[in-house]
Amino acid sequence: MILLGAVGVIVRKHPVHAALSLVLTLFGVAVLFVAQEAHFLAAVQVIVYAGAIVVLFLFVIMLLGVDRVENLRTEPLTAQRPLAIITCLGLVGVLVAAIVNGNGVLNERGEGINLPDLQNGPDANTVQLAESIFSRYVVAFEVTSVLLVIAVVGTVLLTRKAKSSAK
Amino acid sequence: MISLSLTPTSSWYLILSAVLFAIGTFGVLVRRNPLVMFMCIELMLNAVNLSFVTLARELNDINGQTIVFFVMVVAAAEVVVGLGIIVSIMRNRSAMTVDDLAELKG
Amino acid sequence: MLDLIWFIPLLPLAGAVLNLALGRKFGDPRAGWVATIATASSFLLTVLVYFEMLGLDAEERSHVETLFSWLPVGSLQVDFALLADPLSVTMALFITGISTLIHLYAIGYMHGDDKFSKFFLYLNLFVFSMLMLVLGENLLVTFLGWEGVGACSYFLISFWHTRNSAAVAGKKAFVTNRIGDFGVMTAMFLAFSAVGSLSYSAINEAAHSGELASVTATAIAMLLFVGACGKSAQLPLYLWLPDAMEGPTPVSALIHAATMVTSGVFLMTRINPVLHISYDWASTVIAVVGAATALYAATIAVAQNDIKKVLAYSTVSQLGFMFLAIGSGAYVAAIFHMVTHAFFKALLFLGSGSVIHGMHHEQDMRKMGALRKAMPITGFTFIIGWLAIAGVPPFAGFWSKDEILLYVYANNPVLYVVGLVTALLTAYYMTRQVIMVFYGKARWSDHSEDHGAHGEFSPHESPKVMLIPLVVLAVLSIFGGAMQLPFSKKLHFLEHWLAPVVEESEAYIGKTWAYQNKYLLLVVAIIVALTGILISIAVYAKAKFKVVEPKILEQAWKYDATVSRVVGGPGAAAFNLIAWIDANIVDGIVNGVGESIRGAAGSVRRIQSGFVRTYALLISLGTVLILAWFLLRGVLL
Repeated sequence: MILLGAVGVIVRKHPVHAALSLVLTLFGVAVLFVAQEAHFLAAVQVIVYAGAIVVLFLFVIMLLGVDRVENLRTEPLTAQRPLAIITCLGLVGVLVAAIVNGNGVLNERGEGINLPDLQNGPDANTVQLAESIFSRYVVAFEVTSVLLVIAVVGTVLLTRKAKSSAK
Repeated sequence: MISLSLTPTSSWYLILSAVLFAIGTFGVLVRRNPLVMFMCIELMLNAVNLSFVTLARELNDINGQTIVFFVMVVAAAEVVVGLGIIVSIMRNRSAMTVDDLAELKG
Repeated sequence: MLDLIWFIPLLPLAGAVLNLALGRKFGDPRAGWVATIATASSFLLTVLVYFEMLGLDAEERSHVETLFSWLPVGSLQVDFALLADPLSVTMALFITGISTLIHLYAIGYMHGDDKFSKFFLYLNLFVFSMLMLVLGENLLVTFLGWEGVGACSYFLISFWHTRNSAAVAGKKAFVTNRIGDFGVMTAMFLAFSAVGSLSYSAINEAAHSGELASVTATAIAMLLFVGACGKSAQLPLYLWLPDAMEGPTPVSALIHAATMVTSGVFLMTRINPVLHISYDWASTVIAVVGAATALYAATIAVAQNDIKKVLAYSTVSQLGFMFLAIGSGAYVAAIFHMVTHAFFKALLFLGSGSVIHGMHHEQDMRKMGALRKAMPITGFTFIIGWLAIAGVPPFAGFWSKDEILLYVYANNPVLYVVGLVTALLTAYYMTRQVIMVFYGKARWSDHSEDHGAHGEFSPHESPKVMLIPLVVLAVLSIFGGAMQLPFSKKLHFLEHWLAPVVEESEAYIGKTWAYQNKYLLLVVAIIVALTGILISIAVYAKAKFKVVEPKILEQAWKYDATVSRVVGGPGAAAFNLIAWIDANIVDGIVNGVGESIRGAAGSVRRIQSGFVRTYALLISLGTVLILAWFLLRGVLL
């Protein structure tokens, strides 16, 4: 499903279709998160990514004209497509080789993410994640919130229509 | 070596993440609509998140998930700013592609 | 007194400065007297130094006076120092002495010239440079003097610079000297790199102790010989000297007879230990060049009609004799001949100047004749000079020439024959000159119209101030030979005096056939000289034989024309080629590098296509390659 959605993103001419394929992919990834015992993150993925970000994408597409359809038959830059294919295949090859080689190399084990039968309750993952964020990485957390504020303010400034008199 | 049983080991997830990443790269290189290019970048970010989560589980380390958390936040901020830029550039032009933004030609 | 030797060059320099500042105010003749007094006091001081040195033992007769440290640069330590040893004091004595006489003479000769004080300024400057040359303690001080005399020679040759021929002659002298200077400079570099010092004591010491390799010594000696050829007008580079006669006669007498041209001989004697340890062929080369030059110049002098040109070629010939002596290891004989030659050649030049002055600046001998009655003292002194140069005993020239021929015979009989022939020719052409000028029919009345409205033109004797130097030099030419008479070892004053400087390199001929029969060779020399004189009298005075003066000799074997053609033709082509290479190849390389970079940049620039996707492609491609390299690193290496 994930792969289907991904391919759809890159193949669909119409941007709205591409956005919908993206949603498909994101849902798939959320499911995989759950499979990897990252429940909290799965939830966040759905809410933030699929919920907010894709919606934002769709807003912008609507704003700028829904009917801007890309012509995928032509490629103005020569050798872009073949080289892109070669690059991506190379990338896959390198990464797979790395994965295969690195199997079993990393042996350091951490404190363990809580499996349900080890801790009490189904929120074990959330609790542990919260503990990590708010104790060890609290500074990063604060900085990230500042980043969000700045991003919002900046974008608002950026997209204001310049008036002929003072801005 | 990858175990060929049908139960997915973490290697499978990693390979999936790699392929997802490659597809995202391909999309960035080939598509000309800026919005679609952005979406492909989101694909790449998701691929990375997936691999982090996988490894977090394999190594029993919560730090992987912490990283993913922060990546998501930053991705959100990035999308906001990026889309703002695209809006402000594309507002006045019609049927624009990334290739038209070639003012930095040397 | 020895520590005041730096006054010896300083006094003429002071005279020059005085004339530079106040010359015009001094005027004619006071400026001349200032210069003469400066040189005379220098001479006096040199005499005092000489007597003081006589009082010392032979080994102590070497005094170095350091004025200041000139070039303290790393491993090169050159001091501005003067060396007073027998050789330099001998040179200084006759330089200052003859200079004084010539200065005195010039007061009369240059009377009425509007650049009177400038002349004496240059003369004093020249004496200063020459003294620096001979008194220098190291090659660099000598080189300072070397260049200085070259520059002064240029100034003085082209003194009457409004005359085109004079200006050209001055340039010719300077340029030819420069070629020689190149040899001296290279020798200096070589000496420094081999010995680590430019000082004569260090170099000669290195030669003595064997520290200096024969190869290096030969190179140094040969390079300095190139310089000597330039300065002392030997065969390939002699061509400036005859043209230098464009200068006033005192200049010819001082610079081109007695002093500057002898600096080459001096230099070779100064470095005699180096020459001694060189390969044998080096000395042979010097001797052969000297002998060839002597013969060559003597043949040319036979056919010259300008009174000064004869003397110029004669100088070249006699210098050839000196180099022949050096090449045969006879340093004492070379210095001896240098001193006696200074006496009689200066005398002859001054005498010719007196003749020219009396003939109202007529220099062609064919328009002279029977001047002995009109200018008795000039004639008498000139005749003494003639007898000296012809090699008639007991005049000075005979003893020195005989000494040289003795050593040459012991070294190489072939060169001895060459020397003998040259002696014959010398006697011949000098007699010819004397006959043409002072005897025979008076031919000047046929050409009196050339000198404008003088009315009845008759040559007159010169003023006393010009005659006194002539008389003094005549006396010296008569008795100068007493320095080194061959009759017994006790009379070898010059040899004993110069022993500390040249002893080891002096060729030892005590046991040779030549030495055993030196009286026989003496007689042979006398016979040769008399033969030359008699033949010349027969041809020119008694007209018994036809006059033989081939045109080619008059044109100096067409040497000048050949040189002009070679340098002008292929030489100019070579120079143009080099200029072309510089403009096109050297500049081409430099510009080409710039152009190619520009071109490369122009091509590379196109990578910046402006397309984001191209950039993205290249980035991802690069990333893949890097990752691949990391992966494969373990596999491949």
